[in-house]
Amino acid sequence: MKFLCLRCDAVMTLSERQLPGDGTLAAVFTCGTCGHEMAMLTNPMETQLVSSLGVKIGGRTVPAQPMEITRSGLGGAREDAFETAENRSREPMQWDAEAVERLGRVPGFVRGMVKRIYMDYARERGIAVITPAVMDRARSDLGLEGM
Amino acid sequence: MRRFRKYNEVAHESDSGILEQVLEQRTRLAHRLSGVRRIAAVVSGKGGVGKSAITANLAVALALHGARVGALDADLNGPSLGRMLAVARSPLGEDEYGVRPATGVFGVRVMSMDLMLAESDTPLRWKGPEGDGSIWRGTAELGALREFLADVAWGQLDWLLIDLPPGTDRIERLLDLIPRPDLVLLVTTPSAIARLVVGRSARLLREAGVPRVAIVANMTSYVDGTGAEHPLFSLDGVTELAGDTAFPVWAKIPFEPAVAALTDAGSPIVSSQPETAAARALGSLARQMEDALMDAP
Repeated sequence: MKFLCLRCDAVMTLSERQLPGDGTLAAVFTCGTCGHEMAMLTNPMETQLVSSLGVKIGGRTVPAQPMEITRSGLGGAREDAFETAENRSREPMQWDAEAVERLGRVPGFVRGMVKRIYMDYARERGIAVITPAVMDRARSDLGLEGM
Repeated sequence: MRRFRKYNEVAHESDSGILEQVLEQRTRLAHRLSGVRRIAAVVSGKGGVGKSAITANLAVALALHGARVGALDADLNGPSLGRMLAVARSPLGEDEYGVRPATGVFGVRVMSMDLMLAESDTPLRWKGPEGDGSIWRGTAELGALREFLADVAWGQLDWLLIDLPPGTDRIERLLDLIPRPDLVLLVTTPSAIARLVVGRSARLLREAGVPRVAIVANMTSYVDGTGAEHPLFSLDGVTELAGDTAFPVWAKIPFEPAVAALTDAGSPIVSSQPETAAARALGSLARQMEDALMDAP
């Protein structure tokens, strides 16, 4: 979208952006030659349509957050759908000595993947220490016999 | 009458950079998928033909063969893969690479809308102005699907399976994001209505130039409690579809009550009941996929 100052035949540039409420987006464009200003107001549906595209009128000032549309637009979302500083386990994940020893017996070429699976399993269930019992449970729940 | 220049005749660097933002989204998607060796979409156009159960079982079958597998539930309105792959409903973690997918059975990495909705019966709704939702809801859903693909830290995968909801428009949406998936499995049942609806999807895929499409005929027969197989319908519809489209039939999967019950409960039958006829057919389909795409980089 470009706004042309007809008097000067010059493209007007975005000089201000506001969200005054009710889903309205106000964007002010100014002619760099004569200083003429105009404001573009979008109705709530138009604002929503642009927002649904995952783009920002006026450009981005910060990089897009992962899953921005889903996080900000989803109605009926779980309050704890995404990990936050509050719901994240404050304790770092730990492995007890026996679990470390057992992990060491996993062939090296898959060890990293297996470790990640156990850690994801524990993290998703709020388990702070990985023990052989946790590994057994994960193997049973996830069908990881032999790992 | 005034004569206006065309948009591209007016030289100006956009303030908003809308085009640049869209291009950045595409770049992010391409970069993310560069870690995925093979993308297979499970589609139909018709509802109720068993796409999700097939996707869940294929994900497990491929993982059992040692592959690193991701399963993306593109059915945002009727998500089921999280449950079928026994994913715990805990907060989705995040790191510098993006949102971490949940871990399902056999280490299958899963992303599904049911990990984000409050209750199992919460309908998918988007925040927005009252009324006129039909105008922007489709865009929001496409945006969410793009985020599922591009913003999830899938990592290095041998297979990313995408379970699509019914509707040929959903196939077009996927092709907007991934124009050339490595493989599309077109799921149908032998019924005449399924053949009609799936035929439209087949035409769309052919016209879009998708390089490899294979037909999966589901519920082709009934297996009773003794293991005996009985025909359910005539297979004329499947034969006709294959003849009309020249797409090969890669699998004929019998209906077994256990398939639905166990898979729905988070225990896909390829691992829990591997000796059943349906599990064998699904396992064989997974091997066919691997063989056909063996040379993928």
